[in-house]
Amino acid sequence: MSIGLLTAVTFLPALGALALTAVPRRLVEAHRAAGLGVTLLTLAVSLPLWFRFDGDSADMQFEELHRWLPSLGAGYHVGIDGISLLLVLLTTFLTPLALASAWHAIEDRTKEFVITMLLLETGMLGVFVSLDLFLFFVFWEAMLIPMYLVIGVWGGGNRIYAAVKFVLYTMVGSALMLVAILALYYQHGAATGIYTFDLTTLVRWVMPPGAGQSLMFLAFALAFAIKVPLFPFHTWLPDAHVEAPTAGSVILAGVLLKMGTYGFLRFCLPLFPDASVAFAPLVFALAVIGIVYGAFVSTVQPDLKKLVAYSSVSHLGFVMLGLFTLNQQGVVGGVIQMINHGLSTGALFLMVGMIYERRHTRLIADFGGLWKVVPAFSAMFLVVTLSSVGLPGLNGFVGEFLVLVGAFQVSGVLAAVATTGIIFAAVYLLWMYQRVAFGEIAHEENRRLSDLTPREWAVLVPVLVFIVWIGVYPSVFTGKTEATIAALLAQVESKAAVALVR
Amino acid sequence: MSPVVPPPAVALGVLLPVLVVLAAAAVVLVLDVLPPRDSKAHLGGVALAGIIGALLAIVMRWGTDARAFRDMVLLDTYALYFDLVICYAAALIVMFSMDYLGRTGSESGEYYSLLLFSTAGMMLMASAGDLIVVFLALELMSLSLYVLAGFFKQRLTSGEASMKYFLLGAFASSFLLYGIALIYGATGSTNLDRIAAAAATRNAEPMVLIGLAMMLVGFGFKISSVPFHMWAPDVYEGAPTSVTAFIATGSKAAAFAAMIRVLVVALRGAQPDWSALLWALAALTMTVGNVVALAQSNLKRLLAYSSIAHVGYMLMGLVAGGGPGPGAVLFYLLAYTFTTVGAFGAIALCARAGEEAVEVSDYAGLARRHPVLAATLALFFLSLIGIPPLAGFVAKFYLFGAAVRAGYIWLTVIAVLNSAVAAYYYLRVIVYMYMREPDGEPVAVAPSLAGGLALTLAVAGIVILGLMPAPFADLAQVAVAPLLR
Repeated sequence: MSIGLLTAVTFLPALGALALTAVPRRLVEAHRAAGLGVTLLTLAVSLPLWFRFDGDSADMQFEELHRWLPSLGAGYHVGIDGISLLLVLLTTFLTPLALASAWHAIEDRTKEFVITMLLLETGMLGVFVSLDLFLFFVFWEAMLIPMYLVIGVWGGGNRIYAAVKFVLYTMVGSALMLVAILALYYQHGAATGIYTFDLTTLVRWVMPPGAGQSLMFLAFALAFAIKVPLFPFHTWLPDAHVEAPTAGSVILAGVLLKMGTYGFLRFCLPLFPDASVAFAPLVFALAVIGIVYGAFVSTVQPDLKKLVAYSSVSHLGFVMLGLFTLNQQGVVGGVIQMINHGLSTGALFLMVGMIYERRHTRLIADFGGLWKVVPAFSAMFLVVTLSSVGLPGLNGFVGEFLVLVGAFQVSGVLAAVATTGIIFAAVYLLWMYQRVAFGEIAHEENRRLSDLTPREWAVLVPVLVFIVWIGVYPSVFTGKTEATIAALLAQVESKAAVALVR
Repeated sequence: MSPVVPPPAVALGVLLPVLVVLAAAAVVLVLDVLPPRDSKAHLGGVALAGIIGALLAIVMRWGTDARAFRDMVLLDTYALYFDLVICYAAALIVMFSMDYLGRTGSESGEYYSLLLFSTAGMMLMASAGDLIVVFLALELMSLSLYVLAGFFKQRLTSGEASMKYFLLGAFASSFLLYGIALIYGATGSTNLDRIAAAAATRNAEPMVLIGLAMMLVGFGFKISSVPFHMWAPDVYEGAPTSVTAFIATGSKAAAFAAMIRVLVVALRGAQPDWSALLWALAALTMTVGNVVALAQSNLKRLLAYSSIAHVGYMLMGLVAGGGPGPGAVLFYLLAYTFTTVGAFGAIALCARAGEEAVEVSDYAGLARRHPVLAATLALFFLSLIGIPPLAGFVAKFYLFGAAVRAGYIWLTVIAVLNSAVAAYYYLRVIVYMYMREPDGEPVAVAPSLAGGLALTLAVAGIVILGLMPAPFADLAQVAVAPLLR
């Protein structure tokens, strides 16, 4: 039994966590360094995935299949296609940054923090590489607990409430998904005689349309919609974001939310094509509501972190809008927007965390005139803000543009409403930026702020590189994923058509 | 003229595992009166040796399908599987007890011998091929447990627990006995196979149904399913924690063993009737257990209600029926036993200001002072929630899978929503351990070698069961095979 590249990437952080349990807790710096080292190593090991990935193929690549629970039909089956490739790399890219950002922010129980973050990374990677529903569900549930601890132990004042809310929301959603997984398993088994949780086998089966398929779709969709979060299931997100430490927010926004959108793409669309088509207008409408609602609520937030959190609701609305256009431009845009949101919002949280470390406040009203005091910080913050706004030339524009192109083919009215979301994004983000960076220095404490440290530069520059790179030359990234998406859409179409003929 | 009944052949081999336990119990009693009189620590070791001996006997006998004493006692894989679960629980509890009793200064020989006697009763329940043996074994188990529940004589709550357990238990036993009598009246036999044969020809006879209902009351009490659960929280709270662990696991496993065999073998003709009844009981039990658990501040009471909820899940497996249903219950019992014994054992290790730490708030800040113990306790609770990759998750997966397979989608939906509710109160304990600071004196922990070893074994159990469940799940399926012939 050989260990493949994907397995190595997935379990490297967990192995590191296991090794760290043996290191005495008083060696705080050693824990920090080792945690960063392990995540950087994971990133290094994951890079060959990118270079050796064949973007012209829609097949699963780097597949590994081992027996695990043969009597149940569940196996250890992992592999990636163009969609999961990007998300795996996003995860391995963001986790070291998150850990580096927490270098001084987490003073209490550093050992536990590093171990928890490493376990979290394994959980997230596992979700993106699983090609077996049982395995997927194991990772999906398992990563809840590290995130719960990150929020609950190292979070802010109202952390316990936020942590418990986060877990309960997700658990309710995934509980029904578990029933749907089992129902799918037995329906597939009864129809084909093959009892398996293997996704590649299950997607080849054309499920008859009807109430059963709709219910299963809804059960899966609820679990993913809570995670995304799709309006109206978003209320846990602001709490979780505001209370989580910076590193937690970065991971939460950067990666965790993508697990929901990824779930729609990986499971809902290919497994339940008829129901996906049937419910697309509903998802479409909720996505548009989320875009506008998130933008409105962001505008009035007095707290920087809360503002960014609600902007996530709006941005993820764009992603969902793109995915459920069910056309090539829309879905490609949605996938790119997933990456963009991970980078831009991740960077926003990083920078809010940096300023919070200096001032111990996140209220917009406590700032003003920062450009004069910390020009480097302000300049970087401007780029990141503009990337989130969707300025052409930066990453956000590419994704939103493609999504809207796709959306206009489906519904001109809804797409037009969604477009206002971009305008509102400019309103709340630029207004926020204006109040923070420009004007007079209203608070004396702000005069003594120090500018970016080398460590902070090291955290921000890699993100900025990608923000510009995707903005200027997106086809490097879309090229890896277009074949996969085309095949996925063809599959949805043909399966829905087959079911119709019957 | 009545026919001459030849005396039954004495086939002690069939009783071997039980006899080993009984012999150990007798040895403990004798050694108790021999010197040294001031230290009883070695008696725990003797009891442990006896249980390990029984485990060896079980492994030796694995695969046999023997019956003796006119089919009154069966030693098939089903019985051996339960013997394994029960002995495993008993072994861990003896180890925890050595730690716990030593600290509370109540070590004594009769404690260990009573523990062994009840273990023997439990094992016999799993082996019973006759309703009379079911009853006798149940009484052997229960009488020992009644005494054990009141073992802390100087503690008022312990006495109350014992009294309550005894009075209500006796009441439930009489229901069971009445049910047995009615079944006997209707079918002319107390032997499970012969009842099945007789009942097959006279289906749905009212007397059989009333007998079935009466027996379900008796079993329902022992497994503490709603509405026969009232005793559980008080007894769990008042009894010494090590005894609570045994009541929550061993006695439950034994009662399930007997109940499943009686229902699936003797009353298989009435399956539609008891299946419908158990559907309602399952939904009611898990919901009441979980909802009431939300309001508990005492950890032992919380675990009592949680164990009630888990009984609700397990009843689902019986409702589902067929091979996979009971098989999933057997696997669940194994996972539940590992987890619950571990959780109670860890609680028994914790003391605050000289008192046992039983309030959830006593555990505030435990993770800071005793990170390993807190992590261990957290693992047990996560397994009880059903978080992968721990035993509780896989067990639930098999159980819910069996229910969905049999078409009980709505019952499964009720169960998964219940699991989500349950997450709240289990997580609350973790909140206290990891996210709050203690007010006043923190919990002190001084695990001895035996206690530490037992905890390690329990953790290893839930992790192995979670990561590599296949061999154990197959074992459970093999174990139910004798019932389905």
